[in-house]
Amino acid sequence: MENLEQLVQDGLTAVKNAESLQALDQIRVEYLGKKGVITQQAKTLGKLSAEERPAAGQKINEAKGQVEQAINARRASLEEAVIADRLARESIDVTLPGRGQDLGGLHPVTRTLQRIEQFFGNAGYTVEQGPEIEDDYHNFEALNIPGHHPARAMHDTFYFNPGTLLRTHTSPVQIRTMEAGEPPFRMICPGRVYRCDSDMTHTPMFHQVEGLLVEKDVSFADLKSTVEEFLRVFFERDLQVRFRPSYFPFTEPSAEVDIEWGREEDGSIKWLEVMGCGMVHPRVFEHCGIDAEQYRGFAFGLGVERLAMLRYGVNDLRMFFDNDLRFLRQFR
Amino acid sequence: MKFSEKWLREWVNPAIGSQELMDQITMAGLEVDGFEPVAGGFTGVVVGEVRSVAPHPDADKLRVCQVSDGDETVAVVCGAPNVREGLRVPFATVGAVLPGDFRIKKAKLRGQPSNGMLCSESELGLSDDHAGLMELPADAPVGEAIDRYLGLDDITIDVDLTPNRADCLSLRGLAREVGVLTGESVREPELSPVLASHDERPSVAVEAPAACPRYLGRIIRNVDLSVATPLWMVEKLRRSGVRSIDPAVDITNYVMLELGQPLHAFDRAEIEGGIVVRMAKPDEELVLLDGQTVKLTPDTLVIADHAKPLAIAGVMGGEHSGVTGKTRDLILESAWFEPVAMAGKAREYGLHTDASHRFERGVDYELARTAMERATALLLAITGGEAGEVVEVASDEHLPRAEQVTLRADRLNAVLGMTIDAARVEDILTRLGLHIVDQTGDRWTVRVPSYRPDISIEEDLIEEVGRIYGYNNLPVTEPVGSLALRPVKEAERPVSAVRNFFVSCGYQEAITYSFVDPKVQEVLDPEREGIALANPISADLAVMRTTLWSGLVKTLEYNQRRQQPRIRLFETGLRFVRSGDRIDQEPMLAGVVTGGQLPENWANGRRDADFFDVKGELESLFSLLGVEVRFAAGQHPALHPGQTAQLFLGDQAVGWLGAMHPQVQKKLDVDGTILMFELFLNPIVSGYVPNFKEISKYPEVRRDLAIIIGNEIAFADVDRVVRNNAGERLTALRAFDVYEGEKLGEGKRSLALSLFWQHPERTLNDDEVHEFFDRVINALQKELGATLRS
Repeated sequence: MENLEQLVQDGLTAVKNAESLQALDQIRVEYLGKKGVITQQAKTLGKLSAEERPAAGQKINEAKGQVEQAINARRASLEEAVIADRLARESIDVTLPGRGQDLGGLHPVTRTLQRIEQFFGNAGYTVEQGPEIEDDYHNFEALNIPGHHPARAMHDTFYFNPGTLLRTHTSPVQIRTMEAGEPPFRMICPGRVYRCDSDMTHTPMFHQVEGLLVEKDVSFADLKSTVEEFLRVFFERDLQVRFRPSYFPFTEPSAEVDIEWGREEDGSIKWLEVMGCGMVHPRVFEHCGIDAEQYRGFAFGLGVERLAMLRYGVNDLRMFFDNDLRFLRQFR
Repeated sequence: MKFSEKWLREWVNPAIGSQELMDQITMAGLEVDGFEPVAGGFTGVVVGEVRSVAPHPDADKLRVCQVSDGDETVAVVCGAPNVREGLRVPFATVGAVLPGDFRIKKAKLRGQPSNGMLCSESELGLSDDHAGLMELPADAPVGEAIDRYLGLDDITIDVDLTPNRADCLSLRGLAREVGVLTGESVREPELSPVLASHDERPSVAVEAPAACPRYLGRIIRNVDLSVATPLWMVEKLRRSGVRSIDPAVDITNYVMLELGQPLHAFDRAEIEGGIVVRMAKPDEELVLLDGQTVKLTPDTLVIADHAKPLAIAGVMGGEHSGVTGKTRDLILESAWFEPVAMAGKAREYGLHTDASHRFERGVDYELARTAMERATALLLAITGGEAGEVVEVASDEHLPRAEQVTLRADRLNAVLGMTIDAARVEDILTRLGLHIVDQTGDRWTVRVPSYRPDISIEEDLIEEVGRIYGYNNLPVTEPVGSLALRPVKEAERPVSAVRNFFVSCGYQEAITYSFVDPKVQEVLDPEREGIALANPISADLAVMRTTLWSGLVKTLEYNQRRQQPRIRLFETGLRFVRSGDRIDQEPMLAGVVTGGQLPENWANGRRDADFFDVKGELESLFSLLGVEVRFAAGQHPALHPGQTAQLFLGDQAVGWLGAMHPQVQKKLDVDGTILMFELFLNPIVSGYVPNFKEISKYPEVRRDLAIIIGNEIAFADVDRVVRNNAGERLTALRAFDVYEGEKLGEGKRSLALSLFWQHPERTLNDDEVHEFFDRVINALQKELGATLRS
């Protein structure tokens, strides 16, 4: 039986020295396989007495167990080494940039319009569209700006012929919406508008959003809350808002809206004009066949580029229409 | 409208500071645009008297003057052309500081000592006039500080008036408004009729009473227009932004600023016969006061004599009949011209004058006589002369009548959103000069004064009450409305989804002008003419776009010039096409792509975008929108003839995709391969609502096939033949390889296809699939001349 111990020792040494899973497998066959040297030891049991046999058998089993355990341990460690080796080979520099397409971006005007549409959409306003080449009637006449009206001079209109023009504001969409439907109305109209004016602070095309609410019972006080809330939601700040009497032919009373925008040198509030608004003029209702005794409405209008400039700190209006990629990419 | 604060305070003087005054004016709806001091800041300047003038020994243009500052007389070297003995001028004494921190010290000019400086208006920041010394009246008290003498502790306030408030285009109107706001009483200057001292009357005939319902004329004889306009008037005019010309013009301007009535003075010697107010005759011409000759149009109201036109009524006088220093007798005009008749007239002649500005907006129709008397009194006081009787021609039928307007309390409260106390309402109406003629418990009827033609309906009164009460004192309440749900069409995708898709594909959204350069558009869309603007802002923004490419390609060029090699842009918006009498304004979606398909980095390679990159993006878009769009080979003048697809939705042509034609590229000076697409937006955003189909439990069968076909045969043809012959269980067809090469021979290419079959209710057996497959192969051979590739 000394031979057995020697076999175990040899086996353990061989296992220890095995450098691969195949080598290990060979060792297993050599020692523990059907014809393995330790397995073969069982044949010697026949030569032993019945009394000696169990103890010898146990020893052989123990020897098998010892070698098997060693093989299993060695296999686990060799397998681990294989994985470790694979992992090492498969390591990458994860700090290199990824593959594939860049993201583009929306134009800042669109981004601003989408926000505005969202605010009013949440409050149940519909989004309406209208033609940009307009007729004189919808752009002026129906908005209580007859041909001789001095307010026409404030508009610097682009004409195609005396009756056809590029809309100077989004207000004609008010008219078209009221003509086409029945009150109540709750709508905004975002879109391009055109004025024949081009300098540091004017581009011949810009964007407006017009809003209109017509109900049986609506007041200037309701208009105030709508405009104030909009401005606070837009700038995400609790800023001060003031309403200054003004004049638009299609609203009365009319107001211009100023927001608090920093301080003057003397510490007083610096006001910045951002919107116009008012109660729908009865003559506008009349043009649209709506009974002004039964319905009242408010309307407001704002310049999108102006709000976008304030919101994003853009300092030159003209950049919106240069479409310089280095500018556009800042609004992803 | 610019005015001096001090002048306003002569009319109404509330106990508030300048800033507070301006704030109140602004918050009443007369927006203060700005203000500026009436002079630059300076110290140490007094009224000086030039005692003597001697030539400078060493300089031709300089003079050595002896100047008195009241206490002593010192030598001052002066180069002004108008310096002369006895002249009183602003004198900056040694130690004075002039605007711009300019310190006056003792100096030597070409060797002659000079102790101070004689000043022009510009040196004191009074005006831009630096032609000579500012001449003060002979009675200016020598030694008195100039700022005190001229009352320079004053500001010029500029109010930006809305077109409805013509009544505030005068000191009188502004004072009335300030009076209402502050509760302060308004002091009117004494205005009494001037008695006639001779009986000469101008002959006045008004042939156009609708346009000129009131005309007043008066002859004033023996005026001396060579006298200087008094300094107080010059200063008030200057502070209102009006330059002094001569006493007659200055007085008419002064009365216009003071009361709001434009006036005109004619040289009587130049008038033949009498005054005729009529429409211009065909081909009449007039040389205006500004020297230009205008051809009058027949709808222009003119003031004429019996031979010729003298002035464009309410706009500008003629040169010929204008007053000069030599004028002895003049005819003074004060009239009321009807605003609608005046509207746009000045603009037609490229003019805009203080008079036309006022008449177009509406002058007080009861003011003409008052203003006539005021101007006469000032003339007689300043230029001397004798006034005759006023001739007035008025047409009651054409003059406006004082309107009566009723305000209902419940309407007022409903519109403003609060109940305003009746006493408060009455107070506001009364203070505004709206005389209450009738009053019951819940309504007021007021008579509108002649200076407020903007008030004619109830809303006007509501606005007035709200304005004076203060918009910011009105409550803030949330509107109440219906909460009814609105329909949303599921099959229609919002344009925002399209935009977001392109953003995900690496496109940057652009917004370009709707009017474009006709030369660029001509190259990109030669078959359609852009609708031309009558008054474009410039030649390169002169026609409406017929394609969004016109703006996008310019934007691409702009960015290429700024070292941007990789450009992916898209835009949505209208294009404008004339079709017969109609103008079609159709929403489009367009894009341009050039440079690398992917941003350059270690992993992306450097392959430039090609047709199939963009086609793949569009295909993804269409599947997002749920529309089946077909790409067919087509021809477009802006696109490469071999790389152009026309897109169809059913039979409807919905757009183009292609590479820019190299000739077009050369003309437009843009580089690289440029891919462009343009689609009609409306048809492609209407997709479908999904409709579930049972998922087959049975296996899918795939068969691959490689064929060789002629180059002229499109994949679309192969696709059609396969689908027509593969049986109804074909679920998919894919081209997985396309190869052209020498091995195949000239004009041939090989196409490798995968076909997929599946049955919803059972497993397809081999024989069936074999049969389909054979049918496909036979059809390809027969119909397209395909050969199987071994």
